Amino acid sequence: MDLHYIGAVDLARMIAAREVSAAEVTDALLSRIDAVEPAVKAFITTTPDEARETAKAVDDRIGAGEQSGPFAGVPIAIKDVLSTRGLRTTCGSKMLENYVPVYDATAVERVRSAGTVMLGKANMDEFAMGSSTENSYFGPTANPWDLDRVPGGSSGGSAAAVAAGEAPWALGSDTGGSIRQPASLCGIVGLKPTYGRVSRYGLVAFASSLDQVGPMARNVADCAALLGLIAGHDPCDSTSIEAGVPDYSKALQGDVKGMRVGVVKELSSEGISPGVLESFKAAVDKLQAAGLECDEVSLPSFSNGLSAYYLIAPAEASSNLARFDGVRYGYRPEGEFADIWEMYDRVRSEGFGKEVKRRIMLGTYALSAGYFDQYYGQAQKVRTLIVQDYGRAWDRFDVLVSPTSPSTAFKLGEKMDDPLTMYLSDICTIPVNLAGIPGMSVPCGLSDGLPVGFQIMGPPLSEEKLLTVAGALEREVGFEPRPPEGPLTGGKGGGA
Amino acid sequence: MAISIEDVEHVAVLARLALSDEEKETYRKQLSDVLEHAKTISETDTSGVLPTGHAVPLVNVFREDEERPSLTADEAYANAPWAEPGGFKVPKII
Amino acid sequence: MAYETTIGLEIHVELATSSKMFCGCSTTFGSEPNTNTCPVCLGQPGSLPVANRAAVADTILLALAMNCAISEHSEFHRKNYFYPDMPKDFQISQYDVPLSHDGHLDVDMGDYVRKVGITRVHLEEDTGKSVHIGESGRIHGAEFSLEDFNRAGIPLAEIVSEPDIKSPDEARAFLQLLRSTLEYLEISDCKMEEGSLRCDANVSVSSGEGLGTKVEIKNMNSFRSLYRALTYEVERQVFALDNGEKIVQETRHWDDVAGKTHPLRSKEEAFDYRYFPEPDLAPLEPDLEWVEAIRARLPELPAKRLERFKEKYGLSSEMASTLTGEKALADYYEEAVATGQNPEKLATWIAGDLTAMLKEASVPVSACPIRPQSLGELVSLIDSKVLSGKMAKDVLKEAFETRRAPKEIVDEKGLSQIADVGEIDLVVGEVISENPDAANDIKEGKEQALKFLMGQIMKKTRGKANPEMASDLIKKRLLSEPRPKD
Repeated sequence: MDLHYIGAVDLARMIAAREVSAAEVTDALLSRIDAVEPAVKAFITTTPDEARETAKAVDDRIGAGEQSGPFAGVPIAIKDVLSTRGLRTTCGSKMLENYVPVYDATAVERVRSAGTVMLGKANMDEFAMGSSTENSYFGPTANPWDLDRVPGGSSGGSAAAVAAGEAPWALGSDTGGSIRQPASLCGIVGLKPTYGRVSRYGLVAFASSLDQVGPMARNVADCAALLGLIAGHDPCDSTSIEAGVPDYSKALQGDVKGMRVGVVKELSSEGISPGVLESFKAAVDKLQAAGLECDEVSLPSFSNGLSAYYLIAPAEASSNLARFDGVRYGYRPEGEFADIWEMYDRVRSEGFGKEVKRRIMLGTYALSAGYFDQYYGQAQKVRTLIVQDYGRAWDRFDVLVSPTSPSTAFKLGEKMDDPLTMYLSDICTIPVNLAGIPGMSVPCGLSDGLPVGFQIMGPPLSEEKLLTVAGALEREVGFEPRPPEGPLTGGKGGGA
Repeated sequence: MAISIEDVEHVAVLARLALSDEEKETYRKQLSDVLEHAKTISETDTSGVLPTGHAVPLVNVFREDEERPSLTADEAYANAPWAEPGGFKVPKII
Repeated sequence: MAYETTIGLEIHVELATSSKMFCGCSTTFGSEPNTNTCPVCLGQPGSLPVANRAAVADTILLALAMNCAISEHSEFHRKNYFYPDMPKDFQISQYDVPLSHDGHLDVDMGDYVRKVGITRVHLEEDTGKSVHIGESGRIHGAEFSLEDFNRAGIPLAEIVSEPDIKSPDEARAFLQLLRSTLEYLEISDCKMEEGSLRCDANVSVSSGEGLGTKVEIKNMNSFRSLYRALTYEVERQVFALDNGEKIVQETRHWDDVAGKTHPLRSKEEAFDYRYFPEPDLAPLEPDLEWVEAIRARLPELPAKRLERFKEKYGLSSEMASTLTGEKALADYYEEAVATGQNPEKLATWIAGDLTAMLKEASVPVSACPIRPQSLGELVSLIDSKVLSGKMAKDVLKEAFETRRAPKEIVDEKGLSQIADVGEIDLVVGEVISENPDAANDIKEGKEQALKFLMGQIMKKTRGKANPEMASDLIKKRLLSEPRPKD
């Protein structure tokens, strides 16, 4: 059996029932990684030894009839933006190429306690800034559906790994769409929780008021389960919500009849490629046929979302990334320095890539004396308008939907010359982060052989509703998350 | 919104980035483009609107004043590029 | 030209909480470098701050003690700048919505009271500490520096005064009152030498129309250097203006050794702090209940206690100020007064000899080997003429060293004064007959001779004769004018 394409929930059940051992599963995934990594390059660091050790320990405990976590033995990939104790965490940057944290992120701690087996750290756009994973210091990741194309970003490594069967599920992070957009481009499921639903402790900060950690998987049930593992209040994160964590898996059994779905006008017309629109609209029709009430809704403030985001996010990032100064950790160039100011300049100019520097420059400018009110201050007010727009929509609708990305996967190198073009990739996903509400992407079909993602959004703490609708869509669409095998293994022959 | 090279240089000092002349010009153009786009923000009517800093309206989030174990000095210096027992070493400040 | 001085102070106080402002690391002073650190206060990637409730409460307490209004809504802001003692290269502080504002502290200057406005009291985190390695150990000329982050993240209350202070004297008195207030509130060690109390000043002088150009003075590390620095700076500015020079608005560094201020020659960054609200922390909205609970913690504050001591015990401003400067001392004094003995006399003994002994032995009042009741006993022994003033000093010293009660010491050593008229008269008679020349001198009115005879009497009685009695008896014998009946 193709162990590497079995979902996480199923694997957990099989391992617990001793139908298969944790070691077998881990070996299968490690072999798969060996087979497809030359083509996909989803990982910055793999941890085969540690993985085998963890798997063996799980098998020993199961053998002895002892308790192990609910997902004991299920392998997982972690985006390299999350702090992993004793294991280098690079954030896709030269700045942290050799940085080994002394602590685990809370989300990592939680998946470890559930018994999962860490396969490695997934590739990403440097410091989570990008929509294609082409901004990684360690080189780009390829989209498993077409190796000449991008997997999306910034969680491109996580998305590609899951899509190619290198991991049943993964943790990603999302600031302006970085979980949802790559999920969309790679034909998998990705969810950004309500801001504060999942702890940010240990998530290397990009934009503090927008960042969230979230699950990425090949089906909605796995996504729900992983969300359940990581969600919940964390005293180490002052922005984390105290609300209790429901059993998200139950949401898939929810009744969708009569649920009101709003199709966001501003995100479903201009600027969206015809192929994506077609796939999206067909999916809306399927939902309608399944008993949901779908209607169009206009949210005019959304048109400002991109601009507000590209002021707020870089501003916060410029401050968050100031700590990378070569003093306590991170890159330090060779040679002598005239003084510390020269050291700072060289550490940061050499340690950061172009996109990161660009955003630091933009953010610093937006916050600087005389410009604060006009840019950052004003953008935070526009954010309120977006929240208000959504607020009015929740009176009429249970969820809102749109395409996740304006296009399917674009070619590697296609958008690297003009940053503005790249920024437009986030047009559908950004308003969700600005409002702090949950959003997820579910594959709804292929367009010219490339996956199309369907975005579902809901009010704060409505992840269950999202999962209910997502579950229905998954059933109705029946999407097979299997990229063509041949190019992935390049004739080496795939997994187990 | 046109930005000058001087603006770029000033911002680079604040951000502690050393830029080549070419980079300065590239950033000048790109920043100008983004800010031009962002003009719509300044044109939006936000009278009477308060900023949203936090998507979730939390207040008074505290921890109790209890001592917790710290890292050892070794752990603290584990990733230090340059350190001595007396501290993290840096080149002269003045 | 007559010049008016205007001084405003900016004070940073390290709060004596058990743990740091945003993490659980210990705040213990003097630990090995970087042993009280963690991912949060080292600014490691992914770390997040969580606010220390007690630090917020202590700051509110301090604000209330200075009659400030507590803001209903306040926020933490990031102050962004690069410096090697900054773990995140931004400091979490407060900007335009501080925790409290618009208070005042009234400083008793003796013959007048200086009311100093308090613009704001806010909360922020401390930076790490740099040790400069080079020939002089100072920042200028150092080859490199070592950064210790033990101090990074310790809670700091920042107090900004209105420019209401009009002299270096007032500035020193203000700072002393503030220090006492902090001590009474038990929220800080306030040791300038250890850096838990730091003070910067803004100084300007003007000859009448409006305020002069203000100059910031830094690096005043003790009350004395504060006074000296401000005095120097005022003189410098007056001299400059008298010579037709303009005062440059700048920051100047006080050099305690040279006794001067000079401009800070640092490669100054553009000081654009790019303040924005700290997204990792929730705003502070202290509710009325909490504020009132904190208010209930307020003790009788030094300024009030000083006034009460003046009124109730009839003490001078100076004496009352000394006694109320430290809460433990004030408490000690009042316990002594409770014995019923004369408050002014007790004040003199406690503020004088006792305080001197404590200082010399480096013993805090709380560990004073003499109980306050014993001071009462001492004064009562003097009043009942058992002890002379001089003997009492010795007894006090003995009591301090041996922890025994004065009465016990007196009894054991037989130190009681001889206060029996008959007994003393016998000795007086002896001394007069042994020193006929001196006796004659006294008859002729020479004071020196009286002193000489007194000395002889003290010798014979081993210092125990009651001096007043002895003196009266000498006069009675030698001065022929009929004396009025006693």
